[in-house]
Amino acid sequence: MKNCEYQQIDPQALPIPTPTPPAQHNGSDKREEPRRARRKWEVFPGKNRFYCDGRIIVARQSGVLPLTLGLILVTSGLFFIFDCPFLVKHLTSCIPVIGGGLFVFVVITLLQTSFSDPGILPRATPDEAADIEKQIDNTGNTSYRPPPRTKEVLINQQVVKLKYCFTCKMFRPPRTSHCSLCDNCVERFDHHCPWVGNCVGKRNYRFFYTFIVSLSFLTAFIFGCVTTHLALSTWAQGGKGLVFALQESPGSAVELVICFFSVWSILGLSGFHTYLVASNLTTNEDIKGSWSGKSGEDVTNPYSHKNIFINCCTMLCGPMPPSLIDRRGFLPTDESVQTASTDIELSTLAAKNEINVCTQGTKGLLESATRSPLLSTSCPQGKQTVHTCPDNNPAVNSDPSPELSTSCGPRHTASSQGNTSPPRHTKSRAKKSKRAALHIPNPAFDVPVSPTSPDAGPSSRARGHKGSSLSPSH
Amino acid sequence: MAETHSLQDMRQQAAVAAKVFIQRDYTNGTVCQFQTKFPSELETRIDKQQFEETVRTLNNLYAEAEKLGSQSYIEGCLACLTAYTVFLCMETHYEKVLKKIAKYIQEQNDKIYTPRGLLLTDPIERGLRVVEVTIFEDRSLTR
Repeated sequence: MKNCEYQQIDPQALPIPTPTPPAQHNGSDKREEPRRARRKWEVFPGKNRFYCDGRIIVARQSGVLPLTLGLILVTSGLFFIFDCPFLVKHLTSCIPVIGGGLFVFVVITLLQTSFSDPGILPRATPDEAADIEKQIDNTGNTSYRPPPRTKEVLINQQVVKLKYCFTCKMFRPPRTSHCSLCDNCVERFDHHCPWVGNCVGKRNYRFFYTFIVSLSFLTAFIFGCVTTHLALSTWAQGGKGLVFALQESPGSAVELVICFFSVWSILGLSGFHTYLVASNLTTNEDIKGSWSGKSGEDVTNPYSHKNIFINCCTMLCGPMPPSLIDRRGFLPTDESVQTASTDIELSTLAAKNEINVCTQGTKGLLESATRSPLLSTSCPQGKQTVHTCPDNNPAVNSDPSPELSTSCGPRHTASSQGNTSPPRHTKSRAKKSKRAALHIPNPAFDVPVSPTSPDAGPSSRARGHKGSSLSPSH
Repeated sequence: MAETHSLQDMRQQAAVAAKVFIQRDYTNGTVCQFQTKFPSELETRIDKQQFEETVRTLNNLYAEAEKLGSQSYIEGCLACLTAYTVFLCMETHYEKVLKKIAKYIQEQNDKIYTPRGLLLTDPIERGLRVVEVTIFEDRSLTR
C-alpha cells in the first residue's frame, strides 16, 4: 500500500454531480468493468417497493390491496354472470355496458392510486442538511445540538409552523407529512390508505377521489341491479318467493351482502372527501383540527381559495405535479463514485478499477463498509476507497426519527371508531382494531392524540376507515 | 494561454469553495416560489440585480407551470373522463414547462454564471426544495 500513488479524495473538492448522459459513462465503465448503470429507484432510501424497473411504486406492506381488488373483481364478476343475463332479458342491455364502464373506471383508478408516486419528497442532500443546520445553529456552539423542531412562516397572513424532519433532514414544506410506514415525507399528505396499499398525497389524491366516487357508483349500481333482479324474480315466480329466487341465483346473495355493507361506508367516505375537496383540506388537517380554530385563535385555512368551485377544480383538474423522485433516472456518475474527478486526477492510476467498485447508494456503502477488511486484502487500495465514499446517503446516517409526524394522526382513532363503521369485512376489521391497540402505547411514536369525538355522519365513518391505516405491528 | 473554460472543464478542474441554497418562499402558499433575497456569499461574484432577475424569472416559470388556467382545466377534465390514462401517453403542461426551465437554467449558466465561477443546479434535481448555487474557487485570482 505504501508504494501506490493513491491520494485520498476530499469529498468537498469534488465537482458538482452533473447528469451527464449515462451512455457515455456506461461505455467507460464497461471498459474497466462490465456494470450496468443503476437507476435511482435501486438506491431509494424509503420503504417502498418498485416493479417494472421503477415504473411502479408501492408501499412496503401492500396492506389489503389484494383484498380490495379481490372484492371488486368477485362482486363485479358475479354481477356479470348472474344478474346481467336476467336484466338484459327483462330490462335493457345498457346495464352491462354501464356496469362494465364503471368497473373499468374503478379498477384503473385503483391501480393508479396504488402504483403511482403520491408526492414523495426526496431527502435532503448532505450539503443541504449541513447548510440548514449551520443556519440554525449559528451560535458557534461546538457541541452538537439537534436543530430546533419548528420554523414559522407566514402564509396568506396565517402563521404556519414548519416542522423539521429528522429522517429527511429538512424543514418540511407546509402540508407535508412524514409517513412512517413508507418512511418518506409526502407532499400534501392526506393519509396512508391500507385499502390501496399506498400513501395518498398531492399526486395521487385525484386518482383516489375518483376511485372512491366511482366505487360508490359501482356499488350502488350493483346493489340496485341485484335488488331489481331479485324483486323481478320473486314477482315472476308468483308464490314461490324470495328464497327460490336466491337459490336460483346464489351469486346475487353474495353480491347483496357485500354491497349492502360496503355501500354505506364507501358513500360516507366519498361524502367526507367531497367535503375535504370543497374546503381544500387534507384528512390529516381535518382530524388534527389545524384550521378549525379549536385553540380559540382566529385561524382559517390559508390554502383555501374561499370558493367551493375553485377548490374542487384545483384539486381535481389542476395541473398534474411531476414526480420529484425521478425513479427511472440514472444515478449521476459522480455518485457512482466520483469517477469523473478520479478520472481526471488519478487517470494514470489503476486504482480506478477499485474505485468503481465502491458504488454509491445505501446498499453499496453498507456493503463496502462491511467488506472493507476483505477489500484491503484483495485490493491494496480497497480500504482507502471505502474512506473516499462520501456518505451522501442520509438513510445510512439518519437518527431514528423520534418525531412521528401527523401521518399517525388518522390512526389513533381506530380504537374509538372501529365499531361505528359497518364491518365491510369483519375479520380484517377485528385484525385492524387489534393492531390499533398494539400501536397506541408505543413510546417511540410522538402521536398527537387529539380527542376526536365521534362527529356526525360521514366524518366518523371516514375516520373509522382512516383509523385502519396502522403502523406495522409485525 | 487563453482562459477559455467549457462548462465540463470548469466542473472537473475547479474546486468547490461553497454552496449556497436559495430556499422556498411559502408566503403565497404551497406554490413553487423561491426567495429572491440576495445571499451574502454571492456579493463578490455576481451583480445583485442579475441574480434577482434570474430567480424572479424562475418563479414566473414555475407559476406558469402551476397556473390554474383554462388549459389546465381542459387537460384535467379530459384526464378525469379517461380515468387519467392520458397521463401515461401525454406529456403534461407542467412537464413541458419544466423542460423550458431546464433550458433557461442551462442558458443562464452558460451566459452569466459559469464565467463568474458559479453554477446553478436545476431545482427539480433537488426535489424543488432549493436552488443550489455552487461557488467554485476563483482560480484566476490565485494565478
